[in-house]
Amino acid sequence: MKIPATKYPVERFTLDNGLRVVLTPDRSAPVVGVAVVYDVGIRSEPEGRTGFAHLFEHLMFQGSENLEKLAHFRHVQGAGGSFNGSTHLDYTDYFEVLPAGALERALFLEADRMRGPRLTEENLRNQVDVVKEEIRVNVLNRPYGGFPWLRLPPVMFETFANAHDGYGSFGDLDHATVADAEEFFDKYYASGNAVLAVAGDFDVAQATVLIERHFGDVQARSKPDLPDFAEPDLSGERRESYVDRLAPLPAVASGYRIPDPIGQFEQYLPYVVLAEVLTDGDASRLVERLVQRDRTVTSVGGYIGFMGDEYQVRNPTAMLLQAHLPPGGDADKVLRTIDEELDRLATGGLTPGELARTQARMATHLLRDTDAVLGRALPMAVLEAQRGRPELLNELPRLVGEVTEAQIVAAAATLRPERRATIEVVPGANQ
Amino acid sequence: MSVRPLPDLIPDTKLKLPKQAERTLSSGLTVIAIRRPAVPLIEMRLRVPFGRAPLARATLLSQALFTGTATMSSIDIAAELQSVGGGLSAGLDPDRLLVTGNSLAGGLDRMLEILAGVLSDPTYPAEEVATERDRLADHIQVAQTQPAHLARTALLQRVYGRHPYAVQTPEAEQVKGVRPAQLRALHADRVRPQGAVLVLVGDLNPEKAIDSAEKALSGWIGPSRDGNVPPTPELEPGPLLLVDRPGAVQSSLRMALPAVTRTDPDYAALQLANMVFGGYFSSRWVENIREDKGYTYGPHSSIEHFVAGSSLVVAAEVATEVTGPAMLETLYELGRIASLPPGEEELEQARRYALGTLRLGMSTQAGLAGLASIYASFGLRLDYLREHSAALASATREQVAEAAARYLAPSAAVTVVLGDADKVEAPLAALTAVERSE
Repeated sequence: MKIPATKYPVERFTLDNGLRVVLTPDRSAPVVGVAVVYDVGIRSEPEGRTGFAHLFEHLMFQGSENLEKLAHFRHVQGAGGSFNGSTHLDYTDYFEVLPAGALERALFLEADRMRGPRLTEENLRNQVDVVKEEIRVNVLNRPYGGFPWLRLPPVMFETFANAHDGYGSFGDLDHATVADAEEFFDKYYASGNAVLAVAGDFDVAQATVLIERHFGDVQARSKPDLPDFAEPDLSGERRESYVDRLAPLPAVASGYRIPDPIGQFEQYLPYVVLAEVLTDGDASRLVERLVQRDRTVTSVGGYIGFMGDEYQVRNPTAMLLQAHLPPGGDADKVLRTIDEELDRLATGGLTPGELARTQARMATHLLRDTDAVLGRALPMAVLEAQRGRPELLNELPRLVGEVTEAQIVAAAATLRPERRATIEVVPGANQ
Repeated sequence: MSVRPLPDLIPDTKLKLPKQAERTLSSGLTVIAIRRPAVPLIEMRLRVPFGRAPLARATLLSQALFTGTATMSSIDIAAELQSVGGGLSAGLDPDRLLVTGNSLAGGLDRMLEILAGVLSDPTYPAEEVATERDRLADHIQVAQTQPAHLARTALLQRVYGRHPYAVQTPEAEQVKGVRPAQLRALHADRVRPQGAVLVLVGDLNPEKAIDSAEKALSGWIGPSRDGNVPPTPELEPGPLLLVDRPGAVQSSLRMALPAVTRTDPDYAALQLANMVFGGYFSSRWVENIREDKGYTYGPHSSIEHFVAGSSLVVAAEVATEVTGPAMLETLYELGRIASLPPGEEELEQARRYALGTLRLGMSTQAGLAGLASIYASFGLRLDYLREHSAALASATREQVAEAAARYLAPSAAVTVVLGDADKVEAPLAALTAVERSE
């Protein structure tokens, strides 16, 4: 089946203060998506301040130069829109989706907090409490909390940047100060370290005028140097386990280092496809073998980047395979079978049609995501921030379709046990 | 005072509904096709009436629907779908079996053919069913350690009593006893086109897409058993039901309040009253217990619709130490909205949010398909969006206050708390009568 592509237009410009702007108009529905991405994430937070990038994301919603606490939420939702933000390893995003007539309001709100959030002691303490509740909901009060995204990096990596808990310890969160927040804002939230993307129903010329009106006078500050987070590959297999007192069944996840997603994009892309060949649907290699034939796992997934954002992550990153096991399941056996299947792929190649059907399904996923205005604005903003190439979003279905069998086979051959880091969940509930 | 003025909103354009077509086939299947060609894909939703189906069998049937047909194995089905960029999955709610799919636009006919095979000629092979049965039993076991699942289970029991909606997840042991022959029998009995609705949305010509569906599904025939569920019982307020989860670091607060169907004259006013109370981020309750007091991360209240009745559910996860105070604030905010009319400005803000989210919801293929399919299972069509928008736009402050008094009064609530009972019982008992769950 021929892989179709999208042709979303891409207009780019840079304001005098260094803010990069990406516009991608599409009049098919009367809605707009606005995304602002700052080129700072979990990997850049200071030692002793685990969880700070995420905590700071919360503070960006707590009022700004012209807006009281709560005003941001009320103005977005009172315009009929929705909002959110999220903190990733290599970036932090803020976004709104609104009826088209609210575009200028969204630009005003984003510009206002880019000029300066209201960093007060009261708001900081309130949001430390809220973040702790978020950690309780997502990690501490539920089975498999933080598995594997918080649990695997410390097994796999050595440096603080790559290995630490991005949600943060309660101790570090409690000790965060307004001065820390001011310093973090000054250093990382400069307009030159940000990208604004707008997608959906608007006129480019009009939007350009509005963007200049609202963002043009955001004061320019120097942009921080981007650190190199690289560290050497594993020299031997690593394996750790922990008891999850809430989990009733075992689980296991392994990570393997893969090429630089940006500097070596051509070598990297085959791993993205390989993850799908291995785990996308009942006809994929590992689902067929582990779930259906051997019944040694109840589910298995494969993806790249600890947060599943394969086109929005920098080096170093990993390809992850994770599985949930039945009662009494044997993680060693599962890992041995994975090795066997990777060997089979590396030596025997793919079956006829296997690659093409995987690529077709990947195209559907890529196109489906871009149907939503934020599904264009957000990735384009990150692609601009990290690569200067927002139009890559249009090209991905085709590029995925051009990955060859030889590349998949070569990629599979690199996934050796001695390059693997593994974390195992030992069930602690009902035992 | 703002130094810089907040920009005005440009008023919304008139709500435009997409081009669509509808036909009921001789089999009794209704097909609705809607054109939204923004990306070269198709979204598919099929809802089959399934009320009062035996729960363990029905749940396993939804997990095992794609395990094989007379001509295809489960792997063939997955691979053939994948080759047109497609995928199918199934799920169950207390009223319907739902089949969800999507594919590249050029794959529509193939996806429909495969769907037809699954619907009219399934085999439920013993080996594959056994695999799905064990997986489902394991997933249920995991779900039963999730606080959100446990709290919901307790709330449903307390609200619905002996009504079929009271239990919506089977026990793992019940699932383990289901045999393939029982799935075949249930399928023959209930997976039938009569009363089912197929929705197709995407880069398609509506009439032609319906022709394709009619052709592909011509062999899916046969009468269905009556799946009507009796009306849900009235809520019976009583003591707060406390479910123990020793060592929990958070408590799950749940309340059910009465609500009305989408077509009830009170619905728009109730929806707005719920928004002002806790139905979106900029609501009184969220601003109070999250942004002022930091008790919780993601509190929400929403109106849930089932075919046999609607209810309003209030939900928050709060730290164990602040369970009492969080309940106090929740009761306070419910009492306040039920006793005093909302402010003009906060009502307008809620109204604009409700109207805006209707537009956002229909701005993608998947959103449109979901809306059209849900509406259809309540006998509504997309033009309901227009009627409901008008009702939201015209609801007055008095009507919203009346709806709040009638439906949101804390005295009408059924309340369940899941948490560390030894730590939270006394603080809760200071506010209301508490009864520990067995």
